[in-house]
Amino acid sequence: MSVKHDIAPMKQHSAEALDVPRVRSDFPILAERVNGHALVYLDNAATSQKPVSVIDATSRYYRTQNANIHRGVHHLSEEATKAYEVARSKIRGWINASLTQELIFVRGTTEAINLVAATLGASLRPGDEIVISALEHHSNIVPWQLLCEQRQARLRVVPMNDRGELLLDDYEHLLQGGKVRIVALSHVSNALGTINPVKEMTALAHRAGADVLIDGAQAVPHMSVDVQDLDADFYAFSGHKMYGPTGVGILYGKKKILESLPPYQSGGDMIKSVTFEKTIFNDLPFRFEAGTPNIAGGIGLGAAVDYLAALDMDAVRDHEHALVARATEALEAVPGVRIIGTALQKAGVVSFVVENIHPHDIGTILDSDGVAIRTGHHCAQPTMLRFGIPATARASFALYNTFEEIDVLVRSVRHAIEVLG
Amino acid sequence: MSDLRELYQETILDHNKSPRNFRKMEHADRAVDGYNPLCGDHYTVYLKFKGDFIEDISFEGAGCAISKASASVMSSLLIGKTKAEAQAMFERFHRLVTGALNPGEEAEEFGKLAVFGGVSEFPARVKCASLAWHTLHAGLVSNEAVVSTE
Ligand SMILES: Cc1ncc(COP(=O)(O)O)c(C=O)c1O
Repeated sequence: MSVKHDIAPMKQHSAEALDVPRVRSDFPILAERVNGHALVYLDNAATSQKPVSVIDATSRYYRTQNANIHRGVHHLSEEATKAYEVARSKIRGWINASLTQELIFVRGTTEAINLVAATLGASLRPGDEIVISALEHHSNIVPWQLLCEQRQARLRVVPMNDRGELLLDDYEHLLQGGKVRIVALSHVSNALGTINPVKEMTALAHRAGADVLIDGAQAVPHMSVDVQDLDADFYAFSGHKMYGPTGVGILYGKKKILESLPPYQSGGDMIKSVTFEKTIFNDLPFRFEAGTPNIAGGIGLGAAVDYLAALDMDAVRDHEHALVARATEALEAVPGVRIIGTALQKAGVVSFVVENIHPHDIGTILDSDGVAIRTGHHCAQPTMLRFGIPATARASFALYNTFEEIDVLVRSVRHAIEVLG
Repeated sequence: MSDLRELYQETILDHNKSPRNFRKMEHADRAVDGYNPLCGDHYTVYLKFKGDFIEDISFEGAGCAISKASASVMSSLLIGKTKAEAQAMFERFHRLVTGALNPGEEAEEFGKLAVFGGVSEFPARVKCASLAWHTLHAGLVSNEAVVSTE
């Protein structure tokens, strides 16, 4: 994937390693203590922490710019509109979309996928097929399941191997059936960390005449993403997993497809004119943004993009890759621990189980040591089923995590085994 | 955070490792599935009645130490009790793990249930402790075949 940061004023030389102590000082919450211990936050796949610049951007909006957007003639409304639209164009540059019209502000990945299912899906006919993969988050399963029920379409699933890698031969076989209209795939699995070869898979789908949605929720915090290079028709992600606020995310869609879609939600802001006889819908992207949006969130997401664009995403990726490798090795050395998801290409996530100890109990004991991880099925029950387990413990990393924190994690896992083993 | 030992008391660890009445029951009068969708815990609680009495209880399934020990202790306490006694115990248990004891009520009076007193200090684990009890409750008072803590 090519790196493109056309809004990276302070971009460092790409050979330089990430300055972890410096980035840590940008995140105020990392100084918190939990249960008498320094916080070790390893639940970044659920939501990442926020740098002070993001916190300040949202608070500055409420303190000095707060007004509704796209409607007032007064000063504040213009200021707020400008800030919101500047954020949109920053995000455009960051994912290298060609047009700001192609970026729709949504609540998050979930809403983005539902939007596509409701609009693109409206043209499905009985017997059409939708392809997803065996390692999707529920938000990239259920909207398609519901759509299939409504349109009498058929949901097909790309299987995976025991390492948690998708089986591309099976994928090609599904496409060869000639009925696939939509392919929806995660870029990176939240439960296992597998990086899927989405560029190749998109090209294959296009050859078979299908449109492609990529769920990038777990990709954008970890690597540079170029939507034109991927050639995905839709790319969805959430602000809160990439150091931005909750309640805001992006659906990128190719202009020519977005233009052909029926409206999603309707109401204010998405129209040009309304009479009781006829409504003329607004232009892109506003046509898909009914109602007052999360203005502070959008501005905060712009600030998160500024933050990431000022770093070298390759250095971020390398640092996190080293964290995953270290955690994997150290956890595997603990008797009884088994890593779930051992794909060759992984980002940000180490999922594991401990013999005879339920992940939930591990989570409680780690918490007592100040270590925050997620335990459970990670909204990916079919993935768990594939591995024959109900749940895992998952440590997930961000750019501010350190090797010392991994030592604390591993010590705490040993502590859990001592208490419960 | 309170002491982990308050939560993971010896009795709980013991019941987790060797759960009592952990088996499928053929010819049960009621078999109710209880789910905790948050962590994926799932148990089936089997009940056999003799008139107003609970003649037998067993359970099977998978979950964390707290939920398994709770199901195990529950089953061993309730065999031979009346449905009304079981209901009353369900309510006491609920008060205990949510830290909502009645005025004058002391955790020490709870007998074998008292080991779950520590759960009230761990709000995230209350649902684990009560899963089997909620499932039992459904088996006693309703015709539901599935309950969920959410
Ligand atoms: C891969 C993936 N897709 C989708 C989602 C849903 O994101 P959100 O809850 O922000 O809509 C998540 C979040 O957990 C995720 O990890």
